[in-house]
Amino acid sequence: MNEIRVLSPVGMLGYGFPEESFKNGIDKKPHVIAVDAGSTDAGPHKLGAGVGIVSKEATKKDLTYMLKAGCKNKIPVIIGSAGGSGAEVHLNWTTSIIKEIAREQQIHFKMALIHAEVEKDYLKKKLTAGKIKPLGPVPELTIKNIEDATRIVAVMGTYWQIKALEMGADVIVAGRSNDPAMFAALPIKMGYDPGLSLHMGKILECGAMASTPGTTSDCMMGYLRDDHFIVEPTNPKRKSIPSTVAAHTLYEKSSPLHIIGPEGVVDITSCSFEKYTDRAVKVSGSKLMESKIINIKLEGASKVAFRTICIAGVRDPIMIKQIDECEQHVRESVSSYFDNISQDHYRVIFHIYGKNGVMGELEPRKEIKSHELCLLLEVVAKNQELANTICAFARSTLMHYSYKGRVATAGNLAFPYAPSDIPTGEVYKFNIHHLVEIDNFDELFPIEIVEV
Amino acid sequence: MNKEVPITDLVKVLRSKNAGPFELTFDIIFKDKETYEKVKKSKVITKEFIAKLYQIPIIKVLYFVEFDPANAIKATIVRPVDSGSIGETDVYGAQQHAPLLDIKIPIEE
Repeated sequence: MNEIRVLSPVGMLGYGFPEESFKNGIDKKPHVIAVDAGSTDAGPHKLGAGVGIVSKEATKKDLTYMLKAGCKNKIPVIIGSAGGSGAEVHLNWTTSIIKEIAREQQIHFKMALIHAEVEKDYLKKKLTAGKIKPLGPVPELTIKNIEDATRIVAVMGTYWQIKALEMGADVIVAGRSNDPAMFAALPIKMGYDPGLSLHMGKILECGAMASTPGTTSDCMMGYLRDDHFIVEPTNPKRKSIPSTVAAHTLYEKSSPLHIIGPEGVVDITSCSFEKYTDRAVKVSGSKLMESKIINIKLEGASKVAFRTICIAGVRDPIMIKQIDECEQHVRESVSSYFDNISQDHYRVIFHIYGKNGVMGELEPRKEIKSHELCLLLEVVAKNQELANTICAFARSTLMHYSYKGRVATAGNLAFPYAPSDIPTGEVYKFNIHHLVEIDNFDELFPIEIVEV
Repeated sequence: MNKEVPITDLVKVLRSKNAGPFELTFDIIFKDKETYEKVKKSKVITKEFIAKLYQIPIIKVLYFVEFDPANAIKATIVRPVDSGSIGETDVYGAQQHAPLLDIKIPIEE
């Protein structure tokens, strides 16, 4: 029986995993250690500002285990979506940590860097050629969107990681990658079924999340065979059962029936999830429908404003009853006081916890039942100074507003902090979420080999 | 005789999460095949129901799927604002499921 084993130490590089679980995984003699280091979950700021999701120390700790074990046992290590958003700055950050570990541990290896940041001129040409289309509920791309973006990444598939393996890389640091790619690259290279490889990758990319008790902070092992795969957490305290694996197949996806990537669409409509042992699940039936046209996902973020916030509590029941009217008064006062400033240049947002702070317009419950409210007053404006100024004005207006029936004339707000106003800096937006059609594989994701 | 059963008695998982920065997806995974089939038969949870509960036009419910292999119902809607943009209330989209917890399913006894 043919079998390839893939070890996923953790669902997000830098989240940490038990050393014992990792050792158990290594004892199973994996053919590759792969890890996902990225996500768009934390919002557009990470890509836009070029910062990471996790700390350097945490990343270093996880990577030290992986690189030492990889070097000692001659197992390739693949890191996808390096640094979180997988742009050039994130790749450099990850590489510098890897070099530091290599120096300290005195280990040496051949490292492939796969670049995922995209040149704006390339995209403009592609747009003009009609090769870019929206992905999901977003408008058509414009040249201005491309120019406005602080950074743009393309999301690679297995093809480029396989190429890096063929170039003899021991360690692959890949920029932005499709989540299952790092786990599926070696199996597909070795001739295993690509549909099963990608589906297994989808389960492994979150670490031990598809187990019970589930967590991203523990190791999961995948065993891929000719016509099925098995997943099993390496920590004996956890187990995978058919429902946890089936549930994870749905996770963070629009449709449960398809796993979509650069390779095509994995159809899981006729997939089965069976108990294999008490702690392991057997999955079969996932099929890749290869696409003839190669569409690559693009992600871009642009700076749209600066933000200042003020957090305040309200406990007075007379005021709570009129909270909407109080908000209206503040809005009117702001627009009349700053009538010299165009209303396109700023926005005042009230997050009212205890009313609809969590769900906003999606909140079906309209009545306030709480005896206290948390107000998060948010001002976004074209520069920080303006955001600070308007936030201060809105806060003092609300603090002293004489609403109907007011008896507490000393002030309307309880501030947990002094100073009450907190400038939080730049605000970004995902302004590119599109697909680019490529004509050949060399257009994107150049690979660079470095001896470490 | 039908009995109104709170959905919390029937599910193993009921959650919301971003599916990319522009969509929000709900997973309702039932305890077992039998429960799942009863809920499907009740026809309470539909595309129209999701639109009404979240007060959005039905066109904004992008997917509504009953997924037998997982004993699950899944719905995906357009996010009110794209993740992390101005006006955001829940960057990860992980707390938008709560109204679904109020569902009651009439089940034959």
